[in-house]
Amino acid sequence: MRAVKTILVCSVFALITAFTLVPVEGYKVGDIATDFKLENVDGNIVSLADYNEAKGFVVVFTCNTCPYSIAYEDRIIALDKEYKSKGYPVIAINPNDPAASNGDSLADMKVRATEKGFTFPYLFDKGQKVYPQYGATRTPHVYILKKVNSKLQVAYIGAIDNNSRNPNSVTKRFAADALDALLAGKTPEQRTSRAIGCSIKSL
Amino acid sequence: MRKIQLIFCVAVLVVSCKQTVKKEQASTVTVPSYNYEELAPLLSKKDGKVYIVNFWATWCAPCVKELPAFEKLRAKYQEKNVEVVLVSLDFPSQVDTKLIPFIKKNQLKSQVVLMTDPDQDTWIPKISKNWSGAIPATLIYNSKKSAFYERSFEYDELENELKKFLK
Repeated sequence: MRAVKTILVCSVFALITAFTLVPVEGYKVGDIATDFKLENVDGNIVSLADYNEAKGFVVVFTCNTCPYSIAYEDRIIALDKEYKSKGYPVIAINPNDPAASNGDSLADMKVRATEKGFTFPYLFDKGQKVYPQYGATRTPHVYILKKVNSKLQVAYIGAIDNNSRNPNSVTKRFAADALDALLAGKTPEQRTSRAIGCSIKSL
Repeated sequence: MRKIQLIFCVAVLVVSCKQTVKKEQASTVTVPSYNYEELAPLLSKKDGKVYIVNFWATWCAPCVKELPAFEKLRAKYQEKNVEVVLVSLDFPSQVDTKLIPFIKKNQLKSQVVLMTDPDQDTWIPKISKNWSGAIPATLIYNSKKSAFYERSFEYDELENELKKFLK
């Protein structure tokens, strides 16, 4: 009996340490993403399940304070304008802990969303539960999800395009190209990309 | 006697001129702008030294917070064949208004270079396949090995990582 107890305690301990020591990898292209329920700047709770008509989503981890996020705001609005009507709305999520990042509280997000006239939900990742599941590391960080048999499959992870600083010098529209491919029933040619961004802020 | 006076005057002039030149030099900070091809040689030197290359920007709060640790490390180990290179990812349009004033204000002693290559999707994986692109990030290398860290450092942690390269 005692041996069983010891084994049990040991295995529980092993499990706990395994989960705390191994960093969460997050999603890879092809993985199934989980849904979430997060508060929007308009006070409503938003969940991906609310969008019956959508063919998928452009989930963008972004924030108020990162210069790269700010540089992309107009391009995120443009993505939403172009692809919402085609079935891929933008869902923006702020992953920063406002206690660690001055200017990223829900109240600050409301101000920014109004100033910029965001046409998409801008959700607050309360308790920072969602971004680690996705494996987001920076802002902005884009995950394009495609509905497959009512599940959400990750189709693209990365940047919006290949020139953060200057929209006029962009030569590859990674996110838009991936969306065009998905809408044409094809697999996107480039399914991941990297870009400089701000680390996600936690205490 | 007149001759001596003249020589003295000229000497005073020369000395004072030299001093002003020196002062100006001290207050002039220039930061070279590099694309990936120009930056790459700084990331693969094989001269027996250990290089600590930190990717940062003045707009990145956790980067600014950890900079003193890199400066302290540089001061402590500069005689021991260790060099610190600070690769700024500031916007090129803000070099004169943000980056250079920051370097002056904080009296940074480490070498600072500006990485301006816009094609991040191409050069980020060349620096490390483990780098998602978030900053701060740090590369430590010598002629034998290298390690990449997409994280922030406290001084002690950074020194511990450096010690692995000094063995």
